[in-house]
Amino acid sequence: MITLACDGTFEGWLTALFDIYEYRFTDVEFSSEGVSANMFSTTRQVTTDLLKAERVKKGLKQRLSQQGYQQLYHTFFSEIENAEQQMWLFAQYVFASKINVEGDQRNPVVWNILKAAQMVRRESHRMKAFVRFQLTKDQIYYAVVEPDCDVLTLIAKHFSDRYADQRWLIYDDKRKYGIYYDLNSVSVVEMTFNELSGGVEIWDDKELFFQQLWQRYFGSVNIKARKNMKLHLQHMPKRYWRHLTEKKTGL
Amino acid sequence: MLLSERVMEKLEILADAAKYDVSCASGQSKRENKNKGIGNSSGFGICHAYTEDGRCVSLLKILLTNHCIFDCAYCVSRKSNDIKRAAFTVEEVVDITISFYRRNYIEGLFLSSGIFSNPDYTMERLVRIAKKLRKEENFNGYIHLKAIPGASDELIREAGLYADRLSVNVEMPTEQSLKLLAPDKNHQDVIRPMTFLKEEIAGRKEEKKIIKKAPLFAPAGQSTQMVIGATKETDLEILAMTDYFYGKMNLRRVCYSGYVPISTDNRLPALGTPVPIIRENRLYQADWLLRFYGFKVNELVGWDQPDLDLDIDPKLAWALRNPEQFPVDINTADLEMIKRIPGVGVKSAQRIVQSRRYRRLKPEHLQTMGIAYNRAKYFLAFSTPFSLHKDLTQEQIKQQILKLQQSKYEKNFSSQITLF
Ligand code: SF4
Repeated sequence: MITLACDGTFEGWLTALFDIYEYRFTDVEFSSEGVSANMFSTTRQVTTDLLKAERVKKGLKQRLSQQGYQQLYHTFFSEIENAEQQMWLFAQYVFASKINVEGDQRNPVVWNILKAAQMVRRESHRMKAFVRFQLTKDQIYYAVVEPDCDVLTLIAKHFSDRYADQRWLIYDDKRKYGIYYDLNSVSVVEMTFNELSGGVEIWDDKELFFQQLWQRYFGSVNIKARKNMKLHLQHMPKRYWRHLTEKKTGL
Repeated sequence: MLLSERVMEKLEILADAAKYDVSCASGQSKRENKNKGIGNSSGFGICHAYTEDGRCVSLLKILLTNHCIFDCAYCVSRKSNDIKRAAFTVEEVVDITISFYRRNYIEGLFLSSGIFSNPDYTMERLVRIAKKLRKEENFNGYIHLKAIPGASDELIREAGLYADRLSVNVEMPTEQSLKLLAPDKNHQDVIRPMTFLKEEIAGRKEEKKIIKKAPLFAPAGQSTQMVIGATKETDLEILAMTDYFYGKMNLRRVCYSGYVPISTDNRLPALGTPVPIIRENRLYQADWLLRFYGFKVNELVGWDQPDLDLDIDPKLAWALRNPEQFPVDINTADLEMIKRIPGVGVKSAQRIVQSRRYRRLKPEHLQTMGIAYNRAKYFLAFSTPFSLHKDLTQEQIKQQILKLQQSKYEKNFSSQITLF
């Protein structure tokens, strides 16, 4: 048994696939921790190689529809248990078959990917909706999120397309990193951002006013005669409220 | 600070006044972010929040003012109503829209207005706001403007250059009701700008085919809304209007807004009368059937049965009234007929037609195709005899399906039934 340890990037995982076929490994297991817990296994550190990755990517794209490939890609960010392992099982099935297998939903290997990808897509949608920027004194629009899956990479383009003329930073408080747009491009920034949750000094003078204004607006568009809390919670689950301006108390 | 207090108060008043005006979410529009400006619209708008009644909040939906020279009985802003009045300035609306948009609260602006002094005066301000957003703020988010009935063609044309969607609201499904409840308005004031817009939109589309650079003109088309349940129109009359709007006016959407009682005027349902939520929902379902399922109005309602069933959806109702059309063999029937099977949506119907090329479909295949099988099974025929429900009467089928869906509206329904 061989344990493959990648660097946590999608390209790293693709490189591992290349190695599996190159060295004809048969019994493999993926590990994100680097060292295997399995004492009968040797661990192999995979060095990400963009050329290798590109070749595997091409192979997958040839055998899958664009949507099928996207599903696999999205699964990488799902944080389901053993994601890399499950993706490998799927890829193995893909390479072993002559026809496109992505529609074979009755196969658990395919089904797992489908489910994971669905979850990631839903979470990306939610983040596009639920990000709430707050303007800082140095004119950066700053938002904190805690998504269920690791979706910042997937939503970066949406935000840079839309907010092309403002500097913004979206910080994932669960995973302790953010994406920052500097008016030209988006880059990943690692930091612990506790100081920002504190004092009011860092916010733009009008920030509080607009938050209150939005809260008032949210309050007044509600039609009491049609109240339906069940539907409300279904669309806006409570775990997201912490970072939603309209749901904050004591503004 | 005093100034911002006043803006807050205004927003409260003018959002409150606008909320009874249904926006059918935001329309579909494609507007790219040009020259590193702010915003874009791509396909369906995002719901950024949901109200406690479960409706999507995607636009800043406000009135420019709730002052009005008219006295439409069903409207909170009517002249004779004793309420707080307010009016935004052009700058205020622009400022709030941009500030909300930049914070990712909204997809854009839905701006309507009461009529101050005269229609043109009001329309001119709405246009000025849209123009300022597009030209000065370089804003490419979604803008929906209300075309004020009676405003000049010139202003309405200009509005189309900046707005994604324009709407002229008919408010009342028939001319008589409009006369009864909105004596200052006349039907022609509504139909005329609608016709004008229809021609303008069609003309601009042609132009755009030839000249790629021609400016966008209301790319998300025009829509309208009808208040239902305020007057005694039947669904037949309402859907006939709908049909006219889609067929003759090329409208993109017709919205139905269940009347929320706001007045003691005895021409209207009394305060405390429940909002006809189920009826509104049934009308939306019927609307959907007209647009995407190839149904004709007279298949859904008729003189003998002028209202939609409240306890079952209009497609199921049609199927039960037309037993001779069933069972349908999904292995041979054409797409149009498959779409008409209760429990089968447009997408699943297409999937059925696609996958039956590879193999004969059996009941178990359907379950993975996104079909409400428990509902569809009463109407399906399979090559191997599948006559499980052959002997059920239409009424029995209806009862079984009803039991199955445990009507999610049950609670609303029982309170509403007392109305009839
Ligand atoms: S014209 Fe419009 S705002 Fe004025 S009363 Fe009639 S419906 Fe209300």
